[in-house]
Parts: sequence; structure tokens; C-alpha cells
Amino acid sequence: MDIPYTVKPRPDTGLYNAKVGIWLFLASEVMLFGALFSSYILLRVGALDGFWPDVATAWPHGLLNIPIGTFNTAVLIISSVTVVMAWAALKVGNYAKFQKFMMVTIACALGFLCIKSYEYNEKFTHYVIRLKDGSAVTGHLDIDGHSPRFWTLDTVTAKKLASVKVHVDVPNQFRYPVGMKRPEVSHEGGEHAAREIKTSDITFLQAFIPATGTFFAIYFTMTFLHGLHVLAGALVLGYFTFFSKKMWETDPERLTNRIEVGGLFWHFVDLVWIFLFPVMYLL
Amino acid sequence: MSLKAFHLVFVIASVLLMLGVAGWCVAQYREGAGTSQLVWASLSLACAAALVVYGRIFLKKLKHISYL
Repeated sequence: MDIPYTVKPRPDTGLYNAKVGIWLFLASEVMLFGALFSSYILLRVGALDGFWPDVATAWPHGLLNIPIGTFNTAVLIISSVTVVMAWAALKVGNYAKFQKFMMVTIACALGFLCIKSYEYNEKFTHYVIRLKDGSAVTGHLDIDGHSPRFWTLDTVTAKKLASVKVHVDVPNQFRYPVGMKRPEVSHEGGEHAAREIKTSDITFLQAFIPATGTFFAIYFTMTFLHGLHVLAGALVLGYFTFFSKKMWETDPERLTNRIEVGGLFWHFVDLVWIFLFPVMYLL
Repeated sequence: MSLKAFHLVFVIASVLLMLGVAGWCVAQYREGAGTSQLVWASLSLACAAALVVYGRIFLKKLKHISYL
């Protein structure tokens, strides 16, 4: 006996099984990301007034790469358009066109992940350093011409380095929200000033990892979880792109429905980014 | 809700994002940032307009598909 309503919609709901299933799943996803966005709001409003990193729990600004984030947003918007085009191509019976649009979608997904990996690497080589006089700086370590990842003060001590060369960030005062206290010394643009800091003057040294502060904890949690969703979506859409020929020949309507369900998930993932981008990068 | 309806929701959200980014750029410019912010604001507005046009074309082309 066949399972009913796998292709044709139920007369009472007007929906086929998979569409009900994906919306129930997306409802649970809304709760997951909703909880994380709520956590973000609570952490943000609970942050101390002042500019990071001189105040330990203040919210940092200007440390994320806005042009790259904007480019990634465009990549995801384009991928949403192409996934709908792929579905529409199946609706009119054009399988070759469907495959072309799906390949563009998958290329966008992989492009997004590559760019995000680059951004993560940039953070793992970026440090916050607190000094004995109470001040703090951010910047990149320069150890014999290369920028190490994940170092701590223990690493510097274990390597018996008397001092470390740091390309210190000059804060960009225009990246601070209206009304927020700004650093007195600031400069528009991402300029760096090389500075040699004695190891004995350092009390804390850590890369921009989740343990560094509440901002990076919520930033990495939310963007990594989103990245996992992008990867999962790319795998599913990739499977449909390259292994669906047989189903298209035997049951085209069912394949069209599957692509619609995959497209709904993909749109949800992109919609999450539409909220994540301004919240993390701009505000 | 069909993919068609969800896509429209997504396009509307994208348009709002682009308008928001344009507003953010203008606010930065008014705070004293360079004129490049005005260029970015214009680009964002152009993207928002392009998305509106795309949305209308999308609606016209897929008018035979249900919203459910």
C-alpha cells in the first residue's frame, strides 16, 4: 500500500506530506534561532557602557569586516533567487535548466562558506592584549613575519619571548553607535601601528575566540550554527541536483515537490542571515 | 505556504535590509564619516529598487502558481 498524499495535496489541508513536515521543522528552527537572538539582545543590553576592549564586558564595534559581510549577504540573496528559478524550471518541465540553476545555488553556498572561513581565520589571528597599567589593545601578532592563531599568554611565556610585536588596531570612531562613548584616539579606516610590547607587561593575551568575550561567544555560536545549516542545505540541494534524473523520469511531480521543500529550507537559512548581518555587523 | 509565497517574504525582508543599510550609511555620514558612505547608501537604495522590480517580475511570471 502506498503512503497517501506524498505527491498530491490532502483535500482538507491543501498540502502534501512533505510540506507539512518542512514547516513543522522550520517552526522548531525558528524556536532555536529565536532563543539565540533573545540571548543576543539580553547580552547586548547587559553590556557595560564604554568602548571595548578597555572595559572587559563592553560590546566591541568595528571588529567585523562589513564589506565581506555585505558581499556574503548578496551571495545568499542570489542563491535564493536561483533556487526558486530551479523550482520554476521543473514546473515547466525543463530539467537541464533546473540543474544549471541548482549548480549556481550550490556554488553560492560553497562561496559563502569559503568567505566565512576566511573571516573566521581573520578572527583567530586577531588578538586582545591587556596590560599591567589597565589599558588594552587589539591587533595582530607579528612573530617572525607571520601571524599565529590561538596563542595565549602561556604560549608566549612557553616560547620564552621577551616581547611581542603587535600591529595595533587604530579604532575607527565612525563604527560606534550614536551616543556611545568613543575612543579618544581614533582614525577612519583599518590602519595599524606597529608596537613592541614586553611580555612582562602583559596580563592577558587571547585571540578572538568564543572565550574572549560575550560578543565573540554569541557571534561564533550564531554564525557557526548558521554555517552548519548552509552546509546541510548545500548537501541536500547537491544530492537533488546530481542524483535526481531517475526520479525526474519516473515521478517528476514528486521531484518538483522535493525541490520546493529544499527551497523552503534554503530560504529559511537565508532569512536567518538577513537578520544576523545587521545585528552582528552594523548595530 | 508555498515556495512562491516564502520567496516573496524573503524579497520583502531583503528590501527592508537594503533600506536599513542605506539608513545606516547615511547615519555614519552624518556622524562625520567620509563621502564613501553616501556612495554605499546609494548602492543600497539601488539594490532595494532592483529587488522591488525583481519581485514584480517574479509575481508576474509565477502568477499561475498557488501561494499555498
